[in-house]
Amino acid sequence: MKTLLAVLSVVGAIVVVWYLACIPMNIAGVLTAAERAGAEVSPPEARERRDMSGMALTLRNPTQIGPVWSQDRPRLPAPHQVVIELWDTTVNKKITSKRSLIYHSWITLSATLLGFAIGTGLGILLAVGIVQSRVMDMAVMPWAIVSQTIPIIALAPMIIVVLYSIGVQGLLPKAIISAYLSFFPVVVGMVKGLRSPDQMQMDLMRTYNATDGQRLWKLRLPASMPYLFASLKVGIAASLVGAIVGELPTGAVAGLGARLLAGSYYGQTVQIWSALFAAAIVAALLVALLGVIERALLRRMGQAA
Amino acid sequence: MIGVVSALAVWAGAMWLNMRLAARDTAFARAVVPVVFGVTILVMWELLVRGLQVSAVILPPPSAIAQTFAGNLPTLWADFQQTFLKGALGGYVIGCSAAFLTALAIDRSDFLRRGLLPVGNFVAALPIVGTAPILVMWFGFDWQSKAAVVVVMVYFPVLVNTVAGLSATDAMQRDLMHTYGASPAQSLIKLRLPAAMPFVFNGLKIATTLALIGAIVAEFFGSPIVGMGFRISTSVGSLDLAMVWAQIVVAALAGSLFYGAIALIESRVTFWHPAQRS
Amino acid sequence: MERHRKIPVMTPVIDAKSLNLTFTTKDGPVQALKDVDLRIKAGDFVSFIGPSGCGKTTFLRCVAGLETPTSGSLTVNGMTPDEARQARAYGYVFQAAGLYPWRSVARNIRLPLEIMGYSRAEMAERVEKVLKLVDLEGFGGKYPWQLSGGMQQRASIARALSFDADILLMDEPFGALDEIVRDHLNEQLLKLWRDTQKTIGFVTHSIPEAVYLSTKIVVMSPRPGRITDVIDSPLPPDRPLDIRDSRDFIDIAHRVRDGLRAGHAYD
Repeated sequence: MKTLLAVLSVVGAIVVVWYLACIPMNIAGVLTAAERAGAEVSPPEARERRDMSGMALTLRNPTQIGPVWSQDRPRLPAPHQVVIELWDTTVNKKITSKRSLIYHSWITLSATLLGFAIGTGLGILLAVGIVQSRVMDMAVMPWAIVSQTIPIIALAPMIIVVLYSIGVQGLLPKAIISAYLSFFPVVVGMVKGLRSPDQMQMDLMRTYNATDGQRLWKLRLPASMPYLFASLKVGIAASLVGAIVGELPTGAVAGLGARLLAGSYYGQTVQIWSALFAAAIVAALLVALLGVIERALLRRMGQAA
Repeated sequence: MIGVVSALAVWAGAMWLNMRLAARDTAFARAVVPVVFGVTILVMWELLVRGLQVSAVILPPPSAIAQTFAGNLPTLWADFQQTFLKGALGGYVIGCSAAFLTALAIDRSDFLRRGLLPVGNFVAALPIVGTAPILVMWFGFDWQSKAAVVVVMVYFPVLVNTVAGLSATDAMQRDLMHTYGASPAQSLIKLRLPAAMPFVFNGLKIATTLALIGAIVAEFFGSPIVGMGFRISTSVGSLDLAMVWAQIVVAALAGSLFYGAIALIESRVTFWHPAQRS
Repeated sequence: MERHRKIPVMTPVIDAKSLNLTFTTKDGPVQALKDVDLRIKAGDFVSFIGPSGCGKTTFLRCVAGLETPTSGSLTVNGMTPDEARQARAYGYVFQAAGLYPWRSVARNIRLPLEIMGYSRAEMAERVEKVLKLVDLEGFGGKYPWQLSGGMQQRASIARALSFDADILLMDEPFGALDEIVRDHLNEQLLKLWRDTQKTIGFVTHSIPEAVYLSTKIVVMSPRPGRITDVIDSPLPPDRPLDIRDSRDFIDIAHRVRDGLRAGHAYD
């Protein structure tokens, strides 16, 4: 309860700061518009105004700040403008419409989910291989760890373009990027999880004369679940970023990344912000969904905290 | 055909060698086996690309990438300076310091900590790199906007880890400070900051990779005609894939060295932590 | 700042009168201490014994000013526990050594001295002195994780001794150690107590340990936490380990056990 109050206060403070920040950020544009409409602004020269800070302009034109929260293309849209845009482009548009954010989110989400499923599946298989085979452990594991420290997302534009040039386009190239971005975190996390049973638990299995497969199935896999879910949460976030970045290089027309790019081309700030929030909501939902699955699974396994 | 056959032969030979090496778990084997594996992949890549005559606009062979790398050192260096030294490193230092100072500032207030921690955890999981078009619009095409993206990306992971670290001391250690009548500042400096260091470095290590990702991806949204992200997107456009791969080699080296440097400092600072002692 | 305070011998060092402490928990209030009356005089070695939940640790924490009693009065060296804490009247030893892993043993012992603002030279001198007291000479440069559990606990005792407070409060300091190490440390602690003339409050749940060490044994019982018996030991200050086979020793141990039984400590 106390935590909820604290969180709400922090969020409230952020919203207030956001509204206040709109004033210096947008005042210059407001003054230009006001001048065009025939109002008197200070200083009257556009050139002089350009060299002044937003703060100074605000202080010299305190009566003009009204429209800073309702401009068409503000430098910083006010929170309610973003919320209205989000509402307009989700609830008020048909899902199939090119202007519906749900449509764009789905395009990105489907690539994310497909890639995530592929990446996770392969990641778990490789992790099992690494734990079962010493050669694979020694040969592959160092590279999997190193791959965590390098920005492999830089490969994304090339993958899109190369696949495009051999005739593969649409969902699959983005899914491939999502797959390899979620692959490595899952491998590393899963290996850690499969190795998490301690010596005593392993020795117990040995006293039962359990086979390798039994040991994997009865001990290592159940023990690895908390680790797996921790890395799945990292992996799904990476997958989403991958799908978004995958939409940038070919100038895709659909998807959240395409909305971000189009918004930045045409200076449609409200559109950028709403696409950004849509991406944030999708990410939050995905992580929350994983959390729910994790809790349900751990409860069934009797491990729930 | 010869290429494919020899690639398979190399693979078989290398696997046999690695199996022999891995049969005994020595430090030597641990060092050599991954190298053999990596070299095998490169050789097979070379042989297969040549043997199957894969077009250079789909997958250039490693030798071509190496040639491009060696032949374009000034370009690569300029791009590295722009993207890594200015954008990524600048933003990293600003973002991490800001996060650390914020954590210290809210440390005395239980209310702020309770409020900021869930918000910070939430934000840390979001696709922050999407703020790049906004920040490019605000701070212009040059490295400042890239540094701004990096600041936003690294801020929350470092903040969340530092706050968690500062409350990582157990009740007994705090009681001990209490019995000495230590002031809050004394218990911060003598107890809670040192105890927080493993957490802080965890955040700093996560942030190294994020910094590089942020700086490169932000360039996809607009940049001057220099920078690793810029070079990747234009080289992809002109199908100069060897250049793209050369940039990725630079990114890989920069990323792992950056991470390695932070990990090295960590092992000096937190030499006492069980994770560093094994 | 006053670090040493000469107290007239007959005034109690620790004086508790009808002390009560009630914790509020999720399952309702829990009476941790009920009507505790106790006087401890300078130079006493007092053991608190009883099962978990009897309030022995809570009482020690009250003396240290780590818990605040709900009612009753409690003075330490004639001051409130909080004032006594500010005046650095006591050293506290916890169940675990709790040494900071990023500090060497010597720097761990220096920690309270740094906080209390001693000079560099005095710090060095005191560290040497207490390392000798606990038999850890030459280990000052080691890190805690390089020491055995018994050595770590000795270092933590040295840390509590370093600023030379008159009172030493010890909360099951040897509880996590094996019996062989424990015997050895008990002997050393007795010697240290005789040498330094400190007043020691010692929480334990081992009957032999309590009888072997103490001049006064306080037997406590749970639900509510209270004192059921206070035994003044007739054993001489000089106690070899085999005193534990003597008639006196066995008689006291019996009386402690009876006290525990009377308080339904075994339920």
